Amino acid sequence: MLKIKKWLVALGNGAIEFLRYIGSLTVFLSEIAFWLFHPPLRVKQVIRQAEKIGVSSLPIVTLISLFTGMVLALQSAYQMQKIQAEMYIASLVALSMIRELGPVLTALIVAGRCGAAITAEIGAMKVTEQIDALETLATNPINYLVVPKFWALLFSLTVLTVYSAFVGILGGYIVGVYKLHIPHHMYMKMTFEPLTQSDMRNGLYKSVVFAIVICVISSFEGMRTQGGAEGVGKATTSSVVRSFVLIIACDCLLTAFMYFFGR
Amino acid sequence: MIEIINLCKSFGNQKVLDNVNLTINTGETTVIIGRSGCGKSVLLKHIIGLMKPDSGQIFIDGKDITKLYGKALNETRMKFGMLFQNSALFDSLPVWANVAFSMLEHTTRTRPAIMHRVRECLGFVGLEGVEDLKPAALSGGMRKRVGLARCIAFKPEIILYDEPTTGLDPIMADSINTLIRGLHDKLKITSVAVTHDMTSAYKMADKVAMLYGGKIIAVGTPEEVKNTKNPIVKQFIYGEAEGPITRNT
Ligand SMILES: Nc1ncnc2c1ncn2[C@@H]1O[C@H](COP(=O)(O)OP(=O)(O)O)[C@@H](O)[C@H]1O
Ligand SMILES: [Mg+2]
Repeated sequence: MLKIKKWLVALGNGAIEFLRYIGSLTVFLSEIAFWLFHPPLRVKQVIRQAEKIGVSSLPIVTLISLFTGMVLALQSAYQMQKIQAEMYIASLVALSMIRELGPVLTALIVAGRCGAAITAEIGAMKVTEQIDALETLATNPINYLVVPKFWALLFSLTVLTVYSAFVGILGGYIVGVYKLHIPHHMYMKMTFEPLTQSDMRNGLYKSVVFAIVICVISSFEGMRTQGGAEGVGKATTSSVVRSFVLIIACDCLLTAFMYFFGR
Repeated sequence: MIEIINLCKSFGNQKVLDNVNLTINTGETTVIIGRSGCGKSVLLKHIIGLMKPDSGQIFIDGKDITKLYGKALNETRMKFGMLFQNSALFDSLPVWANVAFSMLEHTTRTRPAIMHRVRECLGFVGLEGVEDLKPAALSGGMRKRVGLARCIAFKPEIILYDEPTTGLDPIMADSINTLIRGLHDKLKITSVAVTHDMTSAYKMADKVAMLYGGKIIAVGTPEEVKNTKNPIVKQFIYGEAEGPITRNT
């Protein structure tokens, strides 16, 4: 009996903690939204950040997208060859890369690579009182630190997503044309014919939402860092884990939403 | 003038500030002394509005900073400079950009005018030729000096010092004390310093106040404090292990 009670109390506390987290996250998001179009627009900083995010993620996005495209083509070949429908491999690769894997894989890579770096940077500034120092110099930390990162993430993530889908399709093409011997013109036709504008739009919508998720989680976790170098480590880990979970959850919701309403 | 009235602040169950009352006159240097962890930094952060109290008021030239937000708060903060315990320099920016931060953010001054002011401020704290270094390349004492230069660059009326000499060797500590004293004498800046270093307190202070148990338990000139009858203050300023402070805890 006592055990059950303890268990329920723990569950309740967990739920309260979770709701509180979501609540503060929402407040934080609205603060970012408030400062988003507030001058000064730090264009130089945005460009520098976007460069950093783009360049640091490019190699790994290339590698993972290429292999994913190749694996998709090879795996589907098993089934498709049985029913003599190899040419549909092209459409399958293109659609999955554009609607699903391009946005999600890129977001996960950027969350792991750049989201973690953002949390570590802001967290280290927090524990060394640099965030307080910004405020004493009459500068809002969200406006100074977070907003440029937001624009940079938004821009680089959409560009990287488009790039990732392209590279994935290229991977599928290499396998399809050189290994499975689907003719070149057939592969191209089957790649582009079934694509609609809404497919591409949906992929981009997803990457916009993921950019917001990465920016909000990573800077929020950075801002509430406590307890020295150890705290920065903890914040970085939880930032990556939470971004991952939220990206997948948002992906699921968005896909469902688009399935039911977006056609 | 800074007037702190009935200021209270708790973190969880821990009551850090318990009805603090203190008046700091314009142009005076007030040193707040107290043991480590007694809430000195918390008090300073309330004065500049980094923390909001549970109850109480702080009037800065007649305006209650605890009730200010956003733009109005920033306007009042422009009157302040604050030197943090570990300097809190922005380590992604070179020294010159640290010192010029307020000017870059809040004015449209030209680059040469800004650089001129940066050199002037660095010269004042006795540094030369460090403009392009990153803060990580500086020693602790130099960081404190750059922090001080950043404080004075925007010509504040009030400067808050959080343990300006802690962690420095005695000679460096004395030169920082001299600098702070010099700022006060030359620029007539109102200063509030917190420290547990009595040498530095005597050197800087016009007035000494002791924070103990969340309250200001004594205020006076350095002379008055030296000759105090209060056993708690006595134990602290003479640094004795035996006494009322250690008996209570
Ligand atoms: N943000 C905070 N959250 C919780 N407790 C805090 C916070 N800031 C300070 N404290 C607590 O308040 C007390 C006083 O801290 P502080 O003012 O930093 O001491 P000091 O006099 O050494 O500067 C400490 O016990 C500290 O644990
Ligand atoms: Mg302190």
